[in-house]
Amino acid sequence: MRHLLSCADLDESEVLSLLDLAVEMQQVQSRPVKKLPALRGRTIVNIFFEDSTRTRTSFEIAGKWLSADTINVSAKGSSVSKGESLRDTMLTLDAMGADAFVIRHSSSGAASQVAGWVRAHVINAGDGQHEHPTQALLDAYTMRQHFARVANGTSKGPGTGFAGKRIAIVGDLLHSRVVRSNVLLQRILGGDVVLVAPPTLLPTGVEDWGCEVTDDLDAVLPSADIVMMLRVQRERMAGGFFPTEREYTESFGLTPGRLAGLKPTAAICHPGPMNRGVEISPAAADAANSLVLDQVSAGVAVRMSVLYHLLAAEEGAQG
Amino acid sequence: MTSASTSLLITGARQADGTSGDLFVADGRFADPADAPAGVHRVDADGLLALPGLVDLHTHLRQPGREDAETVATGTAAAARGGFTCVHAMANLTPATDTAEAAEYVQALGEREGHCEVRVVGAVTKGLGGSELSELGLMAKSAASVRVFSDDGRCVADSLVMRRALTYVKPFGGVIAQHSQDPRLAGTDACCHESEWSGRLGLPGWPSQAESVIVARDVQLAELAGSRLHVCHVSTAESVEVIRWAKRRGVQVTAEVTPHHLLLDTPLVAGYDTTFKVNPPLRTSEHLDAVREALADGTIDIVATDHAPHARQDKDHPFDVALPGMLGLEQALAVVVDVMVNTGRIDWPTLVRRMSSTPARIGQVPGQGGRLAIGEPANLVLVDPSARAVVDADASASRGRNNPYHGRELPDPVVATVFRGRISYQRG
Repeated sequence: MRHLLSCADLDESEVLSLLDLAVEMQQVQSRPVKKLPALRGRTIVNIFFEDSTRTRTSFEIAGKWLSADTINVSAKGSSVSKGESLRDTMLTLDAMGADAFVIRHSSSGAASQVAGWVRAHVINAGDGQHEHPTQALLDAYTMRQHFARVANGTSKGPGTGFAGKRIAIVGDLLHSRVVRSNVLLQRILGGDVVLVAPPTLLPTGVEDWGCEVTDDLDAVLPSADIVMMLRVQRERMAGGFFPTEREYTESFGLTPGRLAGLKPTAAICHPGPMNRGVEISPAAADAANSLVLDQVSAGVAVRMSVLYHLLAAEEGAQG
Repeated sequence: MTSASTSLLITGARQADGTSGDLFVADGRFADPADAPAGVHRVDADGLLALPGLVDLHTHLRQPGREDAETVATGTAAAARGGFTCVHAMANLTPATDTAEAAEYVQALGEREGHCEVRVVGAVTKGLGGSELSELGLMAKSAASVRVFSDDGRCVADSLVMRRALTYVKPFGGVIAQHSQDPRLAGTDACCHESEWSGRLGLPGWPSQAESVIVARDVQLAELAGSRLHVCHVSTAESVEVIRWAKRRGVQVTAEVTPHHLLLDTPLVAGYDTTFKVNPPLRTSEHLDAVREALADGTIDIVATDHAPHARQDKDHPFDVALPGMLGLEQALAVVVDVMVNTGRIDWPTLVRRMSSTPARIGQVPGQGGRLAIGEPANLVLVDPSARAVVDADASASRGRNNPYHGRELPDPVVATVFRGRISYQRG
């Protein structure tokens, strides 16, 4: 694996290898001393052209626990406004000797373009409305642990597969990079994805994604094993994608009433940040079967695994 | 480079209609080969086709304003390589061509620097702003005798402004060339044909109807005004249907298609290579089929390049930020030969109409697009119909390197171009 740009580039053995190593990485989190020496001397530049607290911090911690030197570059405000092209910005940082770039950008395809220009490894930490592969990996990791808990009463070990599991993804699918990566990853893992959104927030061609697509959340919930709620940005309402917040919540929000209708073994996910009271009620966000904080915790482990696969494996190959 | 010789004898060439015979050029016009002096500069054109020089109704020359992207000299050199003897310089320059003075400046630049004739396109509205009419009449009366008006790059979206423009240019035979793009259905962020590809790639979509709703409005406004409308770069099946309907009603509408919309399709953007970012965007195969058929049956009257060179730094951005546009002059004939002639969709006389005589008529350019007949201005291109080559972006005469055909094997038809009796390009 040279870069991680899209879940479409992964095969099943790579996904399982990433998820399995993340289990070991997560065990590090419970140690008093969390550092592994694996990436000592390697430099990881987190370059974020778009604001992010959780993803950037998660990558930074992941890099540090692997003993890499991690540098955060906040490049908010497009490079255009500074008069510099994206290519020049990235070639400059590449020339400083970075081993890997973790890149977040508001434009779809930015990470793929950068991978074509630089010498370093590139990890896509979210590109526009395209993909967010590490989010899908941490979602899969979290779900896998949940399924294992349901099946065996323990989340220890690698967890079980996704066959027969019904994963509902609900919300603004049009503008969501999370949904695209999750659909691609579940195509590999075998989960049964159901997409739920108002028709104005469906991507063109979604009917060919191999998923069930509906606007009827209530029909989907009783059979769902995972309910993943996506954030609805306030600007979408201003953009006229739906009439009011109230109407959205009424039709697509995980309200206390809908929470009560879930299967007892079902769990709730949200990639964050949450709009409490809009797509997710506080009761659902804080419910016993909410995996929101497990997702955050898994994020560090999964990103350690990704960094290890890209960087440590390479070192071994060269050494 | 324009050769110094003022007379030449072209021997052995066949014309589009199948006739053949020597062509003698003296003092910028075709003359009787019997009058050719001994020792005249001869061009052996055995096995080649001699066609009237091509006329492009839609060219971005970037001068004045962005001489780092293209100049009149480099753009018209690319035109000559492509077999063109006339181009129309679009108005989206800096400053915009929206006054008689600006039009005359571009016209004079063309006369001084051009490797082909440069006709000036005037802006429809001041500063391409879409709200107030430019000095359309003064531009028409100026030394540049502007007849084609366009805010290309932007759509004249306001229905009332569009109606007034059509009405106003009627007395002096002007034509409004519209960039048809509903700015709400396809805003400035729209950068990919709305399709399974835009959905999968996460690129803001540009639905084909954002073009055709404007075309449908404009043909009705042209009918209301009794004036001439030209539809720039038709890219969709729906627009073709609307134009077909309007022509049946007798509306004075003409339309163009670009080489890239004839050949290149949406999946090319899957790698986010900004070379393939263009406006309107590359469409899917059903639209390509529709515009090819429309060009064959005459619903689309002409091929126009929308040659749009950009400096590299304006393309080295994320896909949604990079400037739209691609080169077209040098490979236009190659693409039309490949897609339309070699497939049997059109014959050579039809190609001459689509790329020379009809664009000259729409632009009202005297001395272009005529027959290769004694007394006519000597503008012609010599074509090898069977040559092929792999396109190399770095071999271009244009300053632009945003050539979407780079690395693609295509026909390589242009052997030489003669502009006003002088060789403006000859293959080395």
